[in-house]
Amino acid sequence: MHGMSLIVKNITRLVAGFIAIFGIYIVLYGHVSPGGGFAGGVILAGALVLVVLAFGEEFSRRVFPQGVAHASDALGAVGFLLVAVLGYMVGGFFMNFLPRGEPGSLFSAGTIPISNLMIGVKVGAGLFGVFLALALFRRQREGAPESDWVERRGTYGEDT
Amino acid sequence: MDPVFWLLVALLGFMLIGSLIAAETRDLLSSVISLGAVGFGTSVAFLLLGAPDLAITQVVVEILVLVVLVRVVITRKDETYTASHSTLAVGSVLLVLGVLVAVMFWMLSGPGEGSLRMRPFGNPLMNEEAPAAAAAPAGRPELATTVTEPRSIGGAYLKHDLEGTPGVNGTGAANYVMGIVLDSRGYDTLGEATVIFTAIVGAYAVLRRKGRKPHARDVADR
Repeated sequence: MHGMSLIVKNITRLVAGFIAIFGIYIVLYGHVSPGGGFAGGVILAGALVLVVLAFGEEFSRRVFPQGVAHASDALGAVGFLLVAVLGYMVGGFFMNFLPRGEPGSLFSAGTIPISNLMIGVKVGAGLFGVFLALALFRRQREGAPESDWVERRGTYGEDT
Repeated sequence: MDPVFWLLVALLGFMLIGSLIAAETRDLLSSVISLGAVGFGTSVAFLLLGAPDLAITQVVVEILVLVVLVRVVITRKDETYTASHSTLAVGSVLLVLGVLVAVMFWMLSGPGEGSLRMRPFGNPLMNEEAPAAAAAPAGRPELATTVTEPRSIGGAYLKHDLEGTPGVNGTGAANYVMGIVLDSRGYDTLGEATVIFTAIVGAYAVLRRKGRKPHARDVADR
């Protein structure tokens, strides 16, 4: 997959960071305001997908290769399970073993923000990995459907 | 009537039209985009019904899925084909199903207090409270407690989840949805995370290049 036109690239440079920060905010403040790990993780994956679509797969190979996506996915899943198992320290599976704090502040609600973070990492990396698989694996086979893509919808993708 | 009700009816009409276009159009790209419109309609409906968590999740998942679908559809050639159905058969089956559902709603939505009765729209059971059971010991009616408890588990969560009851810690999460999803009902979320993990691993296994036998690769690429 090659990158898109200069306009798309510049707009992506401006916007992608804000999208990522919004995703991180949604993950970290999931226990205070609407949102949560799943929604924030999908937003993070969306930011990465935007960058890959604009700059091409070279970017992903350099900054966020597929192995890292797989590893983060597994790490998030194991981390969430670990939070659940650590509840045995105070009596049972999924027990909230951290102090509750002041409701409404960032550091409150015990283990809930940690679980949110783990789910966010897991969902974001997992969905981005699936997108990479769908977008890149197909291209590696013979017959070059990519050139077909550029031919048919020439205005969408500029071969740079 | 409540203006939200009519807004929801209008949204429902919009989503119905969108689904019909998605099902009937020949162009795959138009079909995918119509599906996206239906998804955004769902998101706005969630927002109107007071579920911002669901609305956010719906809208972001919709965008990501739409991007992936458009990417896949653009890469492929338009390989649509039409399957002919007997309009009479399909229509009569749909009509019978619709009448069946309408009769069920009519039977369940009448007046009365049976457990099978459906609540009127916008007036869920969790808004109601009832005196706590087993209040007064026999012969001592003055000990009857005046405490009332919500009649459904949703109302009980809203009342007690944040602060907890005596002897039980609350979650401390200002967002009740997260308190329920990640603390009170953590098992469910673990199951959900397992499902997503399995689905993603399955996608990798189907789409991978390495480790496949050449024969299998040829078959899968066709």
